[in-house]
Parts: sequence; C-alpha cells; structure tokens
Amino acid sequence: MKIYMDYAATTPVAKQVLKVMEPYFSKEFGNPNSLYDLGQKARDSVEESRKIVANMINAKPKEIIFTSGGTESDNLAIKGLALANESKKHIITTKIEHHAVLETCKWLEKNGYELTYLDVDGYGLVNPDDVEMAIRKDTLLVSVMHANNEIGTIEPIKEIGTICRKNGIYFHTDAVQTIGKVPIDVKEMNIDLLSASSHKIYGSKGVGFLYVRNGIKIEPLIHGGGQENKMRSGTENVAGIVGFSAAIKLAKKNMRVESKTETKLRDYLIKEVLKIPKSYLNGHKTKRLPFNANFWFSGIEGEAIIMLLDKYGISASTGSACSSGSLEPSHVLTSIGLNEEQAHGSLRLTIGRQTTFKEIKYTIKVLKKIVNKLRKMSPTWEE
Amino acid sequence: MVLKYSKKVMEHFLHPHNVGELKNADAVGEAGNPVCGDVMKIYLKVKNDKIINIKFKTLGCAAAIAASSMLTDLAKGKTINEAEKIKNTDIITGLGTLPPIKVHCSVLGAEALHNAIKNYRKKVKK
Repeated sequence: MKIYMDYAATTPVAKQVLKVMEPYFSKEFGNPNSLYDLGQKARDSVEESRKIVANMINAKPKEIIFTSGGTESDNLAIKGLALANESKKHIITTKIEHHAVLETCKWLEKNGYELTYLDVDGYGLVNPDDVEMAIRKDTLLVSVMHANNEIGTIEPIKEIGTICRKNGIYFHTDAVQTIGKVPIDVKEMNIDLLSASSHKIYGSKGVGFLYVRNGIKIEPLIHGGGQENKMRSGTENVAGIVGFSAAIKLAKKNMRVESKTETKLRDYLIKEVLKIPKSYLNGHKTKRLPFNANFWFSGIEGEAIIMLLDKYGISASTGSACSSGSLEPSHVLTSIGLNEEQAHGSLRLTIGRQTTFKEIKYTIKVLKKIVNKLRKMSPTWEE
Repeated sequence: MVLKYSKKVMEHFLHPHNVGELKNADAVGEAGNPVCGDVMKIYLKVKNDKIINIKFKTLGCAAAIAASSMLTDLAKGKTINEAEKIKNTDIITGLGTLPPIKVHCSVLGAEALHNAIKNYRKKVKK
C-alpha cells in the first residue's frame, strides 16, 4: 500500500488540470508574445487564466503577476518593494515564516535593512498588537504568512492587514498553504501583496503568482522582454498558467466540501495519534489548516520515524534536525517553544483530495507500531 | 534535504543487531546528548578480557541506529584491547558508506564504545 501523507509539500496534478494543460505542450504551443493567431490564442489563454486567478482572491486581473512559484513571488514582493522604496529601511516579519521569506529578509538585512522578527505564542499565532508595536517611522513592509506550512496555524492576517493599512505600511502575506483551501479576499483582508503557488493545489510545479495591489510600485527582479507588465520578464509558462487557473477553478468549486471532509479526517487522525503515550500536538487545535496535523513524540527522533513510515509505504515529513541539511531543528517548532529534543521528535502528516479514511486508519496503526519500536531502542524512553 | 542511505545502512536500521540493555553489564558507556538529537548507550559483558556480549540503545536517526548496530557487530567477540582500536571509520566501512552529514553518527558510536571500555577499565582496577 502506498499512502501519501505529505500534501503540504506538494500534490499530484489533478486529471482535469492535466487535460487542460496538455494542448499547450503540443498543438497550442504558441508564444503569447507573437502577433499571429497561434500566439494570440496563447495570449488569450494566459489572460483568461489571469482573470480566474484574480477572481479567486477578489483582485483585478492586472494586479496578478505570474511567476515561477511561491519562492519567486516572496522574493519579488519583498525585494521588489524594497528596491522601489529606498527611503524606508525597516521590515517586520515573524520567526515562523517560510525560508523563502526569511532568507529574503536576511539578505536585505545584510544589505542595509533593519528587520524585526516577531515572536509567536505556543500555538504559532502572531499577536496583531505586537505588529502594531513594532511599527516605526521608517517601516516599509509587514510580511506575515497566512498559514504556517509546518504546524498549520492560520494567522489573524485580516487584523494585521487592517493595522498596516491604518499606518500606511505595505502588507504582504505568503498564502502558499491557503490559496484554494481557505477563503481569501484581498480587499476585505487589506492585503497589498500576496504570494501563491500552483503545485500545492493540484496544479503543476514551476508556476505561481504575486498579487500586487493596483498603484503599488515594485521593481522587477528579472529583466528582459518586459512580460507580465514589465514586472517579470521571460516567455510565459503558458501550460503552467492555464493549469494553475484550472486548479484554482477546481479548488473553488470543492473548497467547502473538501475543507469539511479534510477537517473530519484530520481531527480523527489527531485524536487517535494523541492516544499514544507522551505524544503532543504542535500548533492550534482549531485555528489550523484543515489538512495539517503535526505532532511530537517523546524519546524518539523524527527522521527515524519518516524512514520507517516509508518502509510501510507512507510518505510524511519531520522538523527534526537530522533530516535537515544544516542539522538545525525546525525554526518553527523552536519558535513555538519546543526544545531541541522535542523538535527532533516531530512528525508532520498532511492529507489531501485522495486521502481516504482507510488510509488514515492504516497510518495510525503503523505509526503506533513504529513509535513503540523506536522507543524500545531509545535510552531516554522509560515506560 | 534528501538523504540517500546505502543498502547496508537501511538493513541495519530496519533490523538492528544487539538492541537492548544488559542487566548485569560489566560496563556502560554513553555518548551524545538529547539536545544534539543523538544519544547512544553501549552495554558490555566481559569475560577473560573479551567482550562476550554487547547491546545498545540509541535515540537518533536511521544513521545513528545503523551505526550503533554495526558497532556492536564489530566489537562482539573482540578483546578489550582490540575493541578499543575500533574507529568511526571502521563503522563507516562496515556500513559501506554514510552521507557526509551523518558521519558524526559513527563518531558517536565509537565514542560510546570507548567510554564503555574506559568505565570497564576503571572498574577492573578497583
């Protein structure tokens, strides 16, 4: 049995999405920047996709810049804004952002910017009051993710957006984990810039977008032929973009039902896994992505759990240092107050469209066996 | 980061040899700490200066568990003087190969054994 429990990492391209993409690899291979019919058909498809994508977050089509994915969108949002507004040199973000945001901020820090990295509480929640208190005269931007990719905590971005708007500061949110899963309205939430990615919602890898509110100036990072309203040069990834819009359409249609089903499966999974002695939930119980479960187990190490799960056909992930190239435990888990030893024993299980109740039950059964096996080997575990 | 383990490492990780404690051990050695993620504990039973039984308990990743298992295989049946010469590179050779970032697991293994031997020598002197 092969069970995929890592939907927060990536998802398979949906059949309907693949079908919509296919012609753009062959028959409809035109360059959208060409003037003849074949090119213009590709142009129409890209622009139609832009409308669909914009509509999903209540934005205008011209506010959407297609990119190569979430990481590029985060880079373009933060660096692009910084380069276009050189008089303000202070940026506020959080300690639990994705590396795409954190490393971009650190790079700016090395280049003369001052950064405030906000703490979060034990559930991973950012306090909007902390955002307000961190604001200075020279604050350019606040960047807070919509939901955390590791522990699934959904941040109060509407409140944070309101504070930013009131103070005349730009607000960027990384919505890679939430687009198509949790409702987003950039107007209602006072969002100025938003990053999204296709491959987390059953679209293809290599495509994403950045929403930039009308009137906000950013500097492009990729120069060339002036595509995407001069904000992102390079021939458009037509198949990817069309697929992204198809994935968005599908997600929009299914969001309510899917969210309900996944929440049910998630809650059952959490309830059963927590029956394992000395096992704990990371993140918030309810302010949480419907598809995310994250635990830590006393006395064992996460990479060993992952490798054993893999042996049983189950794909999952961990925040353990042993599975990272740096031998540092997850910055998210340490930020919510876990010590190194606890972070080492973490496990993330994320479910999706194809997950069945049977798979959840099997995963629970296997996990119990594995935790037991590793604890029997562990010198720090005592019954 | 993706770690590619050798077949031998996976074998020892999935079916480790000599797991457990020795209740009447002649010496115990430990290495690592929970903060760095790996803790190894080695139990020795010695007769006529020869390691007649050895067991381990390890908290750690697949490489740490495989290294412990390989270490016990290497040390079992050896005299104390012979076992003392076991180096971390012997563990790596035994396992075929270890990803560079996991070499420290083999270092811990050797350290735990050497600590056990040290403790044994102290005990015998008394």
